[in-house]
Amino acid sequence: MAEAPYAGPVVEFRNVSKTFGNYKACIDISFQIERGEFFSLLGPSGCGKTTTLRLIAGFEEPDRNGGEVRIDGQLVNTQRPYERQLGMVFQNYALFPHLTVERNIAFGLEMRGTPKAEVPGRVEKAMSMVRLDPGLFARRKPAQLSGGQRQRVALARALVLEPRILLLDEPLGALDLKLRKEMQLELKQLNKDLGMTFVFVTHDQEEALTMSDRIAVMSNSRIAQLGTPAQIYECPRTPFVARFIGESNFFEGKCVERQGDGWLVEGEGARFEVPNHPGLSEGGAVRIAVRPEWLDVFRPDAVPPGENALPGVVRTVIYLGETLHVLVRVGQREVAVAVRNEGQLTRPLTFKAGDAVVVAWMRDDCQVLEEDG
Amino acid sequence: MTVRQRFLRFFHERPHLKAWALLAPGMGWLLLFFVVPLLMMFGYSFMPRNPLGGVDAGFTLENYARFFDPLYLKIVLKTVGYALSCTALCLLLGFPVAYAIARAGRLRNFLIFLVMLPFWTSFLVRMYAMMFMMRDSGLINSTLISLGVIETGFEMLSTPFAVLTGLVFGFVPFMVLPIYSSLEKLDLSLLEAASVLGARPAKSFVRVTLPLAMPGVVAGSLLVFIPALGSFLTSDVLGGAKEVLVGNLVQNQFGSARDWPFGSAASFVMMTLVLGAVTVYLRVRDAGEAMEK
Repeated sequence: MAEAPYAGPVVEFRNVSKTFGNYKACIDISFQIERGEFFSLLGPSGCGKTTTLRLIAGFEEPDRNGGEVRIDGQLVNTQRPYERQLGMVFQNYALFPHLTVERNIAFGLEMRGTPKAEVPGRVEKAMSMVRLDPGLFARRKPAQLSGGQRQRVALARALVLEPRILLLDEPLGALDLKLRKEMQLELKQLNKDLGMTFVFVTHDQEEALTMSDRIAVMSNSRIAQLGTPAQIYECPRTPFVARFIGESNFFEGKCVERQGDGWLVEGEGARFEVPNHPGLSEGGAVRIAVRPEWLDVFRPDAVPPGENALPGVVRTVIYLGETLHVLVRVGQREVAVAVRNEGQLTRPLTFKAGDAVVVAWMRDDCQVLEEDG
Repeated sequence: MTVRQRFLRFFHERPHLKAWALLAPGMGWLLLFFVVPLLMMFGYSFMPRNPLGGVDAGFTLENYARFFDPLYLKIVLKTVGYALSCTALCLLLGFPVAYAIARAGRLRNFLIFLVMLPFWTSFLVRMYAMMFMMRDSGLINSTLISLGVIETGFEMLSTPFAVLTGLVFGFVPFMVLPIYSSLEKLDLSLLEAASVLGARPAKSFVRVTLPLAMPGVVAGSLLVFIPALGSFLTSDVLGGAKEVLVGNLVQNQFGSARDWPFGSAASFVMMTLVLGAVTVYLRVRDAGEAMEK
């Protein structure tokens, strides 16, 4: 009788902490990863994302009384990596230099006692899965491969075991930009085709946004925010997330009074409205993030009625191709405004550096931030 | 142009000449003090011995024929036996030490320093120190007696035990250092990768650590085996008259026996033996590597 598949989360962290000496690498981390999900751990170096991945792999154990790590519902805190039946792609690929490509890929099968007759077929299948020609590469040693090819071998070595979960530790970091974009799409496709759960560690926010179903943004050993790419980008919860994912302009002020279902705020040398947020109260401080593309630049006499407006002076215009970034000095701040490029040769912008302008946005096109956790 | 500029220009325009100019002093030295004496010895080994201790002109195979006397063949076998046992023991003792040092983190350099410390004293002095330890009233016996473990001292000197202990003590650093340098380069993420792939620690040692340490094991084995085969000091000091090895034989022929032609012939037989053994060893290793593919 086949075992009924476990329906709960594939990976679950319950208040997990991990300390190395005096250094707390993970503090009270909780999350759940669903079956088949492409889940990213995103953050700057030293934020705890790699330690989190190593806790899943079993290279690290949580602290004593440091919470629970569960895989398929089973408590695995002290289970060794070779008992977990996971797949992993390492940052430096960690291919065995003394073995050929096919022996590298067959390694896990041999360790798990796969019948000898099955091995060559499965190796070949794994190689074609990552688009490596077995005839060309099977007998090469890792030293005879390019970075991209090594990456594919590392991937095949993990996939050949058909693991429940594939862990990827910044696997694209060493590839050049074009190859990286290509691999991003391929990984995403593999994740969907195989229905395998992918846990992906990266410090590259763009990569995380492109590939992930959900992202856990980590900062200072904690999860700063967990959500879909759209939630993370459009509703960053803290200044750290707003800054780390994409670009943000920050405005501060003090809540003066209720205004409809929002608040009227005094700050930045003017008054503007913000939507309501549980953390706001009369007289309290408020900080908002506004994405460059949510802002607009107008001549002082042409501001649409009802929009929040802050007067400033154009400092410079940066030509980026698809968009133009207009940098405007508003009080002490430099505000970046992204403007769609409608053709600078045919329909150039009507203002230039030194012009007095107004930076404006709709009340709800902003995110009220909480303090960094 | 100054002389210096001309000099530099001259060599700059002739890169090959520059390489030869750099090689010349060292090559000249080796030619004069290694190749020429070696050729002279090769010549002596085919010449008859002068009754007064010199070498007479002429050609003979007598010296080589003499070497194949059962008396001398026994010495050769014994020597090879000592060299092999010494290499095996050094490997057994040295590998764990090298492995531990490679994993010792910050203590690494200090531990390597300790391994090299014996080189600060001469080999001869170290062998005499061993002799003082092992003689009838030496440190080992007197300690055991004062502890009441034994009543009369062991006779250790002039036994195979003493010679083998001395050889291992003398040569074990040559095993530790190359193995250490192989293991130190071993990327720990390879062991993690093996672990995720399902290899228990013992399996990943056999399948990953050991194969990657092989270059060190091969180098260490050669560095121990070759000098052990030619050693004469250890057996002289610790083995006395009983444990005569080929090295002692050669030494005696050039020394007290004053039979240079025979000593030369013995040297060349040993050299052939060493080259043969090394060739076989490397062939076997390459075959093993080819099988991995």
